[in-house]
Amino acid sequence: MKSTRRSALKTTGAFAALVSLGLVTQSQAQAAVDRASFAVKTLDDALKAIGGTPANSDQVAVVSPDIAENGAVVPVGVTSKLPNTTEMYIIIEKNPTPFAAAFMIPAGTVADVQTRVKMGQSTNVVAVVKADGKLFSATKETKVTLGGCGG
Amino acid sequence: MADPMRIRAALAGDETTVRVLMAHVMEPGTRKDAAGALIPAHFIQDVDASHNGKSVLKAMWSGAVSQNPFLSFKFKGAAKGDKVVVKWTDNKGDSRTDEATIA
Repeated sequence: MKSTRRSALKTTGAFAALVSLGLVTQSQAQAAVDRASFAVKTLDDALKAIGGTPANSDQVAVVSPDIAENGAVVPVGVTSKLPNTTEMYIIIEKNPTPFAAAFMIPAGTVADVQTRVKMGQSTNVVAVVKADGKLFSATKETKVTLGGCGG
Repeated sequence: MADPMRIRAALAGDETTVRVLMAHVMEPGTRKDAAGALIPAHFIQDVDASHNGKSVLKAMWSGAVSQNPFLSFKFKGAAKGDKVVVKWTDNKGDSRTDEATIA
């Protein structure tokens, strides 16, 4: 009898947690990608969160250094020459959470953004671009001599 | 309240280049302090830039963006003297809005 009550309580608790989780993601959901996408652990999952496997394109470029001395501050940029570029993503393949940043590009804004990101170790930087509803990507490797994600 | 952003907006030809330097710790939530305890995540989640009330860039960031983040982007259709407004919101709900005049 006691054990039944306990398991019943457990189930209720888990259910409540699920509901609250669902509510949190719903209220934070944005136009392009879900806030939860930023928590994924692998490159494949990050691509899934964006919406599929992108095709390589030479019209997309990743601007990042060949060698970064300090992984805590690595300048990374994405440019796209594709018309109707609406979204751009930066993914750092070997970071604990690879999905680093997403940019929404309205009409009239040039598909050219730059920022600075942290890298835990030498890694591929993947830029994914959405243009005309299709996904394109470019990859560049950056070697890091001092990691920037702590440990 | 967080420190102000430094924003530079310059018109060249028909393109305006906006460069923003924000003051924020950008703690990813994966680092540990000297005692081995995890430092809680504290980073900017949303950045919204607008010109004359029209959005020119929206960004969603994770903790992987560097401390005191730098952001640079370009847009068309602005004139000298126009205002560019940049707003960020972090994962603790803090936000900051600053503006600059296009030079």
